[in-house]
Amino acid sequence: MSSNDKNECLVEVKDLKQYFPIKTGFGKTVPLKAVDGVSFSIKPGETLGLVGESGCGKTTVGRSLLQLYKPTGGEVYFKGEKVTDQNIKALRKEMQMVFQDPYSSLNPRMTVEDIIGEPLDVHKLYSTKAERREKILELMELVGLNAEHATRYAHEFSGGQRQRIGIARALAVNPSFIVCDEPVSALDVSIQAQVINMFEDLQEKLGVAYLFIAHDLLVVRHISDRIAVMYLGKIVEIADADELNENPMHPYTESLLSAIPMPDPNLAKTRKRIILEGDVPSPMNLPSGCAFRTRCRYATEQCAKECPSLTDRGNGHFVSCFNK
Amino acid sequence: MSEYILEVKDLHTSFFTDSGEVKAVNGVSFKLEAGKTLGIVGESGSGKSVTAYSIMQILADTGKITGGEVLYKGEDITKWNKKQMQGFRGKKCSIIFQDPMTSLNPVFTIGNQLMEAILLHTDRNKEQAKERAIEMLTLVGVNEPEKRLKQYPHELSGGMRQRVMIAMALACEPDILIADEPTTALDVTIQAQILELMQELQKKLGMAIIIVTHDLGVIADMCDEIIVMYGGRVCERGTADDIFYHPCHEYTKGLLRSIPSTSRMKERLVPIGGTPINLLNMPKGCAFCARCDKAMKICLDTVPQEMRVGDTHLASCWMNVKAQYEAENGGIRNEQ
Ligand SMILES: Nc1ncnc2c1ncn2[C@@H]1O[C@H](COP(=O)(O)OP(=O)(O)OP(=O)(O)O)[C@@H](O)[C@H]1O
Ligand SMILES: Nc1ncnc2c1ncn2[C@@H]1O[C@H](COP(=O)(O)OP(=O)(O)O)[C@@H](O)[C@H]1O
Ligand code: SF4
Ligand code: SF4
Ligand SMILES: [Mg+2]
Ligand SMILES: [Mg+2]
Repeated sequence: MSSNDKNECLVEVKDLKQYFPIKTGFGKTVPLKAVDGVSFSIKPGETLGLVGESGCGKTTVGRSLLQLYKPTGGEVYFKGEKVTDQNIKALRKEMQMVFQDPYSSLNPRMTVEDIIGEPLDVHKLYSTKAERREKILELMELVGLNAEHATRYAHEFSGGQRQRIGIARALAVNPSFIVCDEPVSALDVSIQAQVINMFEDLQEKLGVAYLFIAHDLLVVRHISDRIAVMYLGKIVEIADADELNENPMHPYTESLLSAIPMPDPNLAKTRKRIILEGDVPSPMNLPSGCAFRTRCRYATEQCAKECPSLTDRGNGHFVSCFNK
Repeated sequence: MSEYILEVKDLHTSFFTDSGEVKAVNGVSFKLEAGKTLGIVGESGSGKSVTAYSIMQILADTGKITGGEVLYKGEDITKWNKKQMQGFRGKKCSIIFQDPMTSLNPVFTIGNQLMEAILLHTDRNKEQAKERAIEMLTLVGVNEPEKRLKQYPHELSGGMRQRVMIAMALACEPDILIADEPTTALDVTIQAQILELMQELQKKLGMAIIIVTHDLGVIADMCDEIIVMYGGRVCERGTADDIFYHPCHEYTKGLLRSIPSTSRMKERLVPIGGTPINLLNMPKGCAFCARCDKAMKICLDTVPQEMRVGDTHLASCWMNVKAQYEAENGGIRNEQ
């Protein structure tokens, strides 16, 4: 069953769909297609960046992948094994999530020790109290927290420190894959750099793979091996990080990259910004055909009729567009 | 009369809280020429917004300007009374915020709010105010402006609301527009639209802009001058080229090293160590001292004054006179 090919992937997502029923009044509901047929794979120790406009479905991809929602459709494989309701509990030890907001994702009335110890308790990962304590201190050291912090409450910590606590908790069960949902967005730049370095060090030491969701495209490019670009519930382009940045093919990626605020005046002056017209359409009322066509300067008649799918352009570069 | 539309001189602003005096702004000075753009950058809590709010005198009740002057066309407006300040806000100087919902009232329509601003500050009648409102919405690129007038703020997207805010801020043709993190809450592509819009409107209407942001990328290509703030003080000022290519303050250098740049994409980031300063207890010398690897003895006990390091470039860091200082003091070095 598990060919060599499959073993190369740690996580494989196939045609994942997550629809939310939205009440429109008169007892009717319409599906909000938050994720609509997303496929990708991640190798052990690899970082896949996931970018796209707010509301395009990034967080939802992470949550349905981990079965925190029950996916409407599609499959997720972990080490070649299909993730199901039956095995997900055991797999939670392997797949963890770090949340966006270090201010609200931790219970302020719990001590650091309790927060990091909780998953150890749930998965019974120690035999004595002393071993539990030792594990907690080890994890704290790993993410750069002091042992004295153990008995303090989450609300006493700064944003960067809280993010470290959240990461220590995720690491407690020794996962091989972590979904990081905007893990540095709420932090000041100087603190961001510390946390990013920590993610990189942990990957080097422990070989964890990341799905790294962020809206800061420079940060994503810095940390990712490959990057996937989402627009309205679909991946429109996926490629090696440098390849994507040097040779973006999808019109949306093109304008997204051209709009990054560049902390370099000469670059900022000389490059050409491609300003998109208008706003993102509502995911409850998607345009026919290619969802990007309402803002796309290359749109043709075909784009309104048919939906492009991701096609291979060589070297692992996949693009979903008729005209590029 | 001064050639500057706005001059801030040695501004001090504090908040008097239960735990003591929070010195949020500690001697900020800058000059803004008509029609030019000034960028203010610095980390969270460095005093950027409080500087902006002090100019507008829209501080929280516990906040007070404790020293310095704010000169508008040469007149010190910190001496102005409430009525005079009402005439200043909106008419001479407008502000837009990070979250447009803080300034848009959710229970009134866009048209209602936009027209009220126009009626308050100009002598247009209702009909003319409506015309002006439509004109402004068109100017900021809101489609179907007549329809929008009847909509409520929550019916618009984030980018659209920020456009409405800009329309409202510019409806009375102020000389100065202050934008406090105007695009921080927006997506990259929408952020680009808004920044482009602000530059375009500046060309058309000629107002001066103060743009406040923590994002160095946002101001790299739109400011005539940039000031970098730390601990309520200006640590460095200059053109974008000065600040980005020849930083002369250790904090600015640290800030630039801590963000990924295209030329060093895969290099390890260099974080700024230590913790942000406590404004309740400002250090005696350089505010950045406790986090600075280059700190010398003098940094501990003497606040560095502004030193000229280029035609357009000033920095408040003792490193700039280290060689001279060492020569004069017989080679005293950092002995910590
Ligand atoms: N109402 C208030 N009461 C007490 N302290 C305040 C108040 N408003 C601001 N401060 C303090 O003044 C300092 C400067 O705040 P300010 O809002 O200007 O920072 P900033 O540079 O704009 O940061 P940010 O990027 O987080 O908005 C901070 O230490 C802040 O805690
Ligand atoms: N529990 C939910 N119920 C209904 N709609 C949801 C829910 N979670 C997310 N959505 C919607 O799904 C879309 C994608 O959301 P999300 O994945 O959170 O976006 P992102 O993380 O990219 O900002 C959005 O339109 C959002 O409003
Ligand atoms: S398929 Fe058509 S509308 Fe979609 S991105 Fe390509 S050119 Fe644009
Ligand atoms: S004055 Fe001294 S402490 Fe301050 S930034 Fe310069 S070298 Fe560092
Ligand atoms: Mg999200
Ligand atoms: Mg602020």
